[in-house]
Amino acid sequence: MMNKKHLVLLASAGAITLAGVATAQADTLEDTRSRGAIQCGVSDGLPGFSAPDDSGEWQGLDVDVCRAVAAAVLGDADAVNYISLNAVERFTALQSGEVDILSRNTTWTTTRDTTLGLNFTGVNFYDGQGFMVSTDLGITNASELDGAAICIQSGTTTELNLADYFRANGMEFDPIVFDTSEQTVGGFQAGRCDVLTSDTSQLAALRIQLDDPSAAMILPDVISKEPLGPVVRQGDDLWFNIVKWSLYAMINGEEYGVTSENAEEMLSSENPDVARLLGQDGNYGEGMGLEADWAYNILSQVGNYGESFERNVGMGSPLEIERGVNALWNQGGFQYAPPIR
Amino acid sequence: MSVRPNARPVGQKPPFWRDRAKRALIFQCLLIAAVIAFLFYVVGNVQDNLSSRGITTGFGFLSNTAGFGIVQSLIDYSSQSTYGRTFFVGLLNTLLVGGLGVIAATIVGFIVGISRLSPNWLIAKLAAAYIETFRNIPLLLQIFFWYFAVLRTLPSARDSLAFGEAFFLNVRGLYLPQPLFESGFGLIPVTFVIAIIASVALVIWAKRRQEATGKRLPAYWISFALIFGLPLLVMFATGVPITWEMPELRGFNFRGGITVIPEFLALWFALSIYTASFIAEIVRSGIQAISHGQTEAAQALSLPRNLVLRLVVIPQALRVIIPPLTSQYLNLIKNSSLATAIGYPDLVSVFAGTTLNQTGQAIEVIAMTMAVYLTISLLVSMFMNWFNARVALVER
Repeated sequence: MMNKKHLVLLASAGAITLAGVATAQADTLEDTRSRGAIQCGVSDGLPGFSAPDDSGEWQGLDVDVCRAVAAAVLGDADAVNYISLNAVERFTALQSGEVDILSRNTTWTTTRDTTLGLNFTGVNFYDGQGFMVSTDLGITNASELDGAAICIQSGTTTELNLADYFRANGMEFDPIVFDTSEQTVGGFQAGRCDVLTSDTSQLAALRIQLDDPSAAMILPDVISKEPLGPVVRQGDDLWFNIVKWSLYAMINGEEYGVTSENAEEMLSSENPDVARLLGQDGNYGEGMGLEADWAYNILSQVGNYGESFERNVGMGSPLEIERGVNALWNQGGFQYAPPIR
Repeated sequence: MSVRPNARPVGQKPPFWRDRAKRALIFQCLLIAAVIAFLFYVVGNVQDNLSSRGITTGFGFLSNTAGFGIVQSLIDYSSQSTYGRTFFVGLLNTLLVGGLGVIAATIVGFIVGISRLSPNWLIAKLAAAYIETFRNIPLLLQIFFWYFAVLRTLPSARDSLAFGEAFFLNVRGLYLPQPLFESGFGLIPVTFVIAIIASVALVIWAKRRQEATGKRLPAYWISFALIFGLPLLVMFATGVPITWEMPELRGFNFRGGITVIPEFLALWFALSIYTASFIAEIVRSGIQAISHGQTEAAQALSLPRNLVLRLVVIPQALRVIIPPLTSQYLNLIKNSSLATAIGYPDLVSVFAGTTLNQTGQAIEVIAMTMAVYLTISLLVSMFMNWFNARVALVER
């Protein structure tokens, strides 16, 4: 019996097997324009990052990256087809061309960047791995977890960090590995494991999905670096630049104070940075095959990085994640975009 | 070839394209050449595509350090082991649940199948209800049922169900004492093997003797006593060279002893019970395929009821049962790949799941995984075909 995962993998393997060599170096920009939409690979439902809302529209920080690219390329942030992928399917789906962008809280690592034929375009969320435990265990930090059963999602960097952390600290654990983050929550709630581990942002999202969120707490320890960002296929530099600068446009937008509300007024701004960003002074989209108003479309339709953060994962959302290291560079964080000029 | 009325004069050969046998040979060669050419095209194309996309290929990754943990392993495994080792850990876990599943499904299936033919109304209807329930619910749902429904009713580690001070059942699994073998234990398996060989010899000898003299010997009971009695005798004679390591509650959980994880129990239950319902129907149809005249004839020879079943009905029924039974065994083994849904670390979950994703080498990993299932299935088929040939009707 085959489940969905294997069908996707097989179909993707089949595509790599049979597709002609000529299409390997496809022009993604041209393809998306003739299709009229961007194929965006997102998670299988992670509130705050990518999940459908009550009306079935995809919302989230990762979703906004795809919306930004669609706004820049097609002038319409809604011209996106979302393809929900689990952790195991995601890279194969991108390699085989099933999606144009993988924006699925994916950690940037050497192996993934150099051996999979993929490129990370930047970081839209700086994260780290943490632990969620049920409050009645009475545990206050990760060093007390010796011998715990730990629920974890298959095919993630989390699986590797966990083994490293426990080995480095001379502790034992039982990994209970599930396919999707939903199943890890199921196992955690059923009491199969004492601990659920994932990136702290995901833990915050998963915690509010619990039947009783107050029965679980997130430990203060963060055991790894997890820079999460969008991924594209290697070998299509034009598309790589478009995705990279779409995110930078959002970050620069926040730095220069351009929001979805004031974007139109800002068109007449005297600030030379803003004028270049919004295409009033020169055409910085030209090198990417885009119109001069590419960044204006992003900022007016999707908003800047700060807006996206607050709306999806920040204080304006149920997740209530602090900006922390994800604040702009001039506000004590790491988010820093090269200048547009 | 048939002789046609206008056959050529003897001595003059027809051109080769008019010779049916040669023509068939040529077409077969062409077909093989086409298949080989296609395979070459596919393999070459894969290599071109992968290298042009900058994707690493080859089987070198198998010797890299895996770096992740696996909850159940029949061989030594730690996060410092290689990806190649994760393959064997997954393979053995698949074979474990597949093998035990086949055994349990066969036993339950035969019992239920025979019960369905029972003259006792209640037993027959219970068996029918079992079959109709379990074979009509999708297997994945049954796995979820056993995993989530049964798991949630079990207590936490601190209020485990204890059976004596040795067996504990809780939401983390079943904890059993583990035997630790001391020196001198080696004799016991040796006597066990000797007892089995002796029993086989005894059964063959008893059969020959019965054919020659008509005298019967309770050979099966003697073998049973030999196989279990002899090792026990040796064990007590050597002063019981076994100590038991008891599971103990420490910290979060029980440590020591043998842990049977709930994922294994749920998967094994679901696979066995689901497949047993099909096997039961196969057994019933096999028995019903034997004409009632055979039973009556055997009874007319005043054979007792159990011998009628054992010597007359079942050997003939097996001829009907074995071929579809093989398919059920193959189904069970392949269905075990659903393990990944509940986190049992089988081949698909460990190797085609975690290893694939950590290395990104989808084609190699999936090809190896498919080759494994193909090999297991072909081996099972081969064995069952051999067994089928043995029980098949020998026409004289």
